[in-house]
Amino acid sequence: MNGIVLKTEHLTMQFGGVVAVDDLNIEIPQGHITALIGPNGAGKTTAFNVITGGYMPTNGRVVFHDKVIGENHPRSKMKKIYNGSDRTTFHHQVVNTPDKITRLGMARTFQNIRLFKELSVFENVLIAKHCRIKAGMLSATFRLNHVEERTMREQTQELLKTVGLADLAREKASSLPYGKQRRLEIARALATSPSLLLLDEPAAGMNPKETEELAQFIKDIKDSFNLTVFLIEHHMNLVMDISDKIYVLDYGKTIAMGTPKEVQNDPAVIRAYLGVEDE
Amino acid sequence: MRRSRNTVLSVISAGVFLAILYMLNLNRAGNGMLISIMQKSAIFALVAVSMNLLNGFTGLFSLGQAGFMSIGAYTTAILLIPVQSLDGVYYMNGINPGIRALKVFLSALPPWFQSVYPFVALIIGALFAAVIASIVGVAVLRLKSDYLAIATLGLSEIIRALFSSPQLDGITNGSYGLNKIPAFPKMFGGLVPPIITPFIVSAVCITLIVLLIRSSYGRAFMAIREDEIAAEAMGISLFKHKSMSFIISSFFSALAGGMLAMYMRSIEAKTFSITLTYDILLIVVIGGIGSVTGSVLGAFLVTASKEWWLRFFDQPLELFGWDVPLFRTGFRMVIFSILLMMVVLIYRRGLMGTNEFSWDRIFGRFKWKRKKVQGGGS
Repeated sequence: MNGIVLKTEHLTMQFGGVVAVDDLNIEIPQGHITALIGPNGAGKTTAFNVITGGYMPTNGRVVFHDKVIGENHPRSKMKKIYNGSDRTTFHHQVVNTPDKITRLGMARTFQNIRLFKELSVFENVLIAKHCRIKAGMLSATFRLNHVEERTMREQTQELLKTVGLADLAREKASSLPYGKQRRLEIARALATSPSLLLLDEPAAGMNPKETEELAQFIKDIKDSFNLTVFLIEHHMNLVMDISDKIYVLDYGKTIAMGTPKEVQNDPAVIRAYLGVEDE
Repeated sequence: MRRSRNTVLSVISAGVFLAILYMLNLNRAGNGMLISIMQKSAIFALVAVSMNLLNGFTGLFSLGQAGFMSIGAYTTAILLIPVQSLDGVYYMNGINPGIRALKVFLSALPPWFQSVYPFVALIIGALFAAVIASIVGVAVLRLKSDYLAIATLGLSEIIRALFSSPQLDGITNGSYGLNKIPAFPKMFGGLVPPIITPFIVSAVCITLIVLLIRSSYGRAFMAIREDEIAAEAMGISLFKHKSMSFIISSFFSALAGGMLAMYMRSIEAKTFSITLTYDILLIVVIGGIGSVTGSVLGAFLVTASKEWWLRFFDQPLELFGWDVPLFRTGFRMVIFSILLMMVVLIYRRGLMGTNEFSWDRIFGRFKWKRKKVQGGGS
């Protein structure tokens, strides 16, 4: 395991002529909070989608707990545009659908909240437990798995208590306030018992106080669920506060990486965020 | 306490329904119409619920129900037509010798087998449809929403065309259809008379579907309906669960199709045209997409109003010596359509929406009314 939970090697994602993610190399050590930041359209969410199996990368490899979960090599017309140094290194194609990757222990949330809106808070979390079910369809129908079912329900109740949504368990997910919906989405991701949690802009649309609470919440769940966290974020306060390491993307390229302090003073980052002074 | 009250109420109402059925069975001479409408409703309720499993709970808009019903109906019918009637049924083209040999062999089996044989035939028909669904599903379930609807509609038409094609004359009797299909069998050695059998079979099947919907797998179906991308990100395999739902829905549709064959006693490929699917879709929509009890209720209401309550519109009517215009054969369907429009306009999401029937809601409504009255008084 050597301490690295997730590693991407030369990860490139190209849509037609647009290179959304260009040669991304990330290493996320066990138990760390790593952040991916960058201006709008820098390719952060695309990177997430490639890592979680939503897209097949144009080039490169995603390694999760020493297991290759996604790998591709540049082919056909993509080859002409992509000129990464190691472009001939990868010869296989490994494709995994998002559900398989989730079952391997990588859970994610979405930038625009994607809850099961018409279902209750409790059901939202309970459904996420389905991916660990052992009973087959028939035995579930005839309730031969009632012990398992009961455990699932108890664990769900417990989890809701941990994230502070226990008293809202019967509410419809869409009726929750925005901040709670974010929290529920994280709870739902936690219900799949992941070892790596990917958060896509968890603080989007939150006020400073809520953001502060969220920072504490992320730290708490990281410790209590023994997680590694990888997050995309725009709120600099949050990122600087909780991250151990930051990667900065701009136009798909990694322009800086390092500890919060290093990144903050990096001229390339300042340029990307604030623009260049006209001389 | 409330739970036990609800259970008692449910058992009592089921008992009352069963008692009515047994009473109808005793007085079946005068109630032929009512019995046949209720039987048809029960069969359609099962198809509607199985369609709802796919359309309402898994969010796959499929219109292939009639096709799978025809698979079940034909398989059951071919298995059940008595050997001595075979020549009469296949009078034009003769029957495939293999099928005849199989049927002769089956008819020689002991009586205990003969008593369960109709149910075995139903299940074989349903399994056959499930196998077809699992093969077709691989291709069809890649499609989404409207495209899936069109593909399944086409599939159901293909099945219908196949059944009426001259190449299958020896098996399906081509365009002549099959008749002399035995009526419903009795169950449990006569404890359940033949008239009540379709109700029992439908009830058992609907119960199974409800149990599935309430299990973890049913919740996964609903997750797919709510948000496919999120469901997949939660580790739910879309393909596996979609085909599961598709296969099960086809299985029960075909089973209902088999019962429809027993109910109608004679079937032809035309019976299973697109209109049949639309009839069932109508029931599902009227009842509420995503509500099992809504589908059952819808099946009884739609069938009864179509075949029975509105019948008098078809007869010429004379009021005080004035011959009311428009009261002619077919006028009932006009009224029926107008009623449908009104129901859909008033109940935008069907009679039940996505809710299920519950005693608590009924009692809750009474309480709410009482409170309101008190509030008005003070």
